[in-house]
Amino acid sequence: MTQQNNAIQDASNEASWISVKGLHKVYRTRTGDSTHALADINFNVRRGEFISIVGPSGCGKTTLLNILAGLISKTEGSAAVSGHEVTKPLSEIGMVFQAPTLLPWRTILENLMIPIEVQKRNKTEYKAIAADLLKLVGLDGFENKYPNELSGGMQQRAGICRALIHSPSVLLMDEPFGALDAMTREYMNLELLRIWKESNQTIALVTHSITEAVFLSDRVIVMSPRPGRIAEIINIELPRPRTLEMMTSDASGHYVQRIRHYFSAANVIE
Amino acid sequence: MKFLKVRSEFILVPGLFIVVILAWENLINILEVKETILPTPSRIGEALIYQSQTSFFWTNVWVTTQEALYGFVAATIFAVIAGTFISQIKIVEKTLLPYLVGFQAIPKIALAPIFIIWFGFGQTSKVVMAAIIAFFPILINIIEGLKSADSDHIRMLRVFGASRFQIFKKVQVPSAMPFFFAGLDVGILLSILGAVVGEFLGSQAGLGNMVLVSQYNFETPTMFAILIVLSLMGIFAHIIIKALQKRYVFWADSSNIIGT
Ligand SMILES: Nc1ncnc2c1ncn2[C@@H]1O[C@H](COP(=O)(O)OP(=O)(O)OP(=O)(O)O)[C@@H](O)[C@H]1O
Ligand SMILES: [Mg+2]
Repeated sequence: MTQQNNAIQDASNEASWISVKGLHKVYRTRTGDSTHALADINFNVRRGEFISIVGPSGCGKTTLLNILAGLISKTEGSAAVSGHEVTKPLSEIGMVFQAPTLLPWRTILENLMIPIEVQKRNKTEYKAIAADLLKLVGLDGFENKYPNELSGGMQQRAGICRALIHSPSVLLMDEPFGALDAMTREYMNLELLRIWKESNQTIALVTHSITEAVFLSDRVIVMSPRPGRIAEIINIELPRPRTLEMMTSDASGHYVQRIRHYFSAANVIE
Repeated sequence: MKFLKVRSEFILVPGLFIVVILAWENLINILEVKETILPTPSRIGEALIYQSQTSFFWTNVWVTTQEALYGFVAATIFAVIAGTFISQIKIVEKTLLPYLVGFQAIPKIALAPIFIIWFGFGQTSKVVMAAIIAFFPILINIIEGLKSADSDHIRMLRVFGASRFQIFKKVQVPSAMPFFFAGLDVGILLSILGAVVGEFLGSQAGLGNMVLVSQYNFETPTMFAILIVLSLMGIFAHIIIKALQKRYVFWADSSNIIGT
C-alpha cells in the first residue's frame, strides 16, 4: 500500500475506531430455543471518544461488549476495532467485567500483572505502573493482599486497574462502578475522565446510571429491549472538562430526562 | 462460646477413649474371654511395646511404607499425566472415559492374586497393587478439578490474549489444586490398603505379612498392635497431606470439595 493510501485509511479509522454495522446476535440454547439478543446494531465511535451504552436489563449490552472484545461470535454483520474485524481478542483492548473476576490465588499486584504476563511484556517496568494505578484508585498498600481480603468495591477497582495496565487503546467497561458507593463512584468517575484525557483512549462504557452516562460521555447509545436495538444515539454537548456541579445542572438534567423517557415509555423501571 | 466448645472437645475426646478402654479391659476380665479371641487393651499395649523394641518389626514397617509410598507416587504421576490429557483433549476423553468407568468398576483388590503371578512375591507386586488402587480417585479428582475452573476467569484471560496453555497454567491448574489434594488424601490411604492386601495374598515381609504370621501363631495381641500401627501410618500421611494442602491451597475453603 502507498503512503497516501495509508493516510486515507488512517483517517477513516480515526472516525470509526470502533465500527459496528448491521450486527445481529442470536443465542441458541441446547434445547433449541433461541434469543435474539441484538438486532441490526449500527454505530461508529471516533478515536478518543467516550461513549456510554444504557438500556434495560437483558437488552444485550454485555453481549455487545463481548462481541467487541472478541469473546463471543456474531450471528450477522460486522464489528471492527481500529480497522480490523474482531474475530478473536485483540491486545489493544482492555476490559472491565461486570464482576471483578480476580484470581483468588494471586495477590492484587499479581492480578494486575495478568495482561503483562499473558502478553509477555517487561514485568519490572509495569510493576511501577501497577503501583501508580493502585494509588490512583485508593488501593495503595493493598498490593500484597489477596482478593478475599478486599471488599467488593475494592476488588472492582482492582479490576479496573488490571484493564488499564497495558494502556489499551480501547477500553470496554461493563458496569464497572455498579458495586461502588455513591461517593467512591463519583470519585472514580472523575478519575476515569482524567485517565481518559491523558491517555487518548477510546472508551465504551455500559452503565445502569443515566446520570453517570450523561456526565461522562460524548455520546450516549440508548438501547431498547428484546431484541436489543438502538433507540437513539444522543450527543451530549456539555463542555469539558466536566465537573461534579454539571451533574446537577439544567443542561445535564435535560439529557437525563430525554433518556429516561425511553425507559418509562417501555414501562421499564430504572 | 467458641472457647468453651474447644475446651469441651479437649475433655470429651480423651474422656471417651478412657471410658471405652476401661470398659473393654474390665469386661474381658469379668467375662473371661480368651486372649486369642479378643485381647485386653493392656495386652495389646504390651505387644505393641514389645514389637517396637525389635528391629524385625521396624524392618517390616519400612517394607510396607516403601510399597505404599512408591505405589502412591506412581499413581500420582500417572494420574497427573492421564488427567491432563483427558481434560485437555476432547477426543482422548471421549475415547478413554468408557474404559475408565469400566476399570473403576473392577474390585481392584481382586487383582492382587494376578499381580502376584505377574510380579512375584516380592515388593513389586505390592507397589503395583498400591498404585492401581490409589490411581482412580486421584485421576477423577484431577479431571474434575481441571474442569472446575471458573468460566469467568477463563474469559478474563482470553480477553487479554492468553493462549490455551496460558489458560491451563494460570487458571485451570490452580483451580484444580483443592481437588488434587482431596484426591491425594484418599489415594494415600488406599495405597496403604493396597500394600497390605498385597502382602496378605503372598509375601515375604511387611506388616501384612506379620499379621499373617501372628494369626498362624494365634498371637492375637500382636495382630491388634499392627492394626494400630497401620492406623497411625494412615493418620500421619493424612496430616502431612493436609499440611501441604493448607500451604499450597491457602485461598480455598476445602469444605465444598468432592472427597472421593
Ligand atoms: N450465553 C447465553 N446463552 C443464551 N442466552 C444468553 C446468553 N447470554 C445472554 N443471553 C440472553 O441475551 C440477552 C441479553 O443478555 P445480556 O447479558 O447481553 O444483557 P445485558 O443488557 O448485559 O443485561 P444486564 O443489564 O442485566 O447485565 C438476555 O435475554 C439473555 O437472556
Ligand atoms: Mg450485562
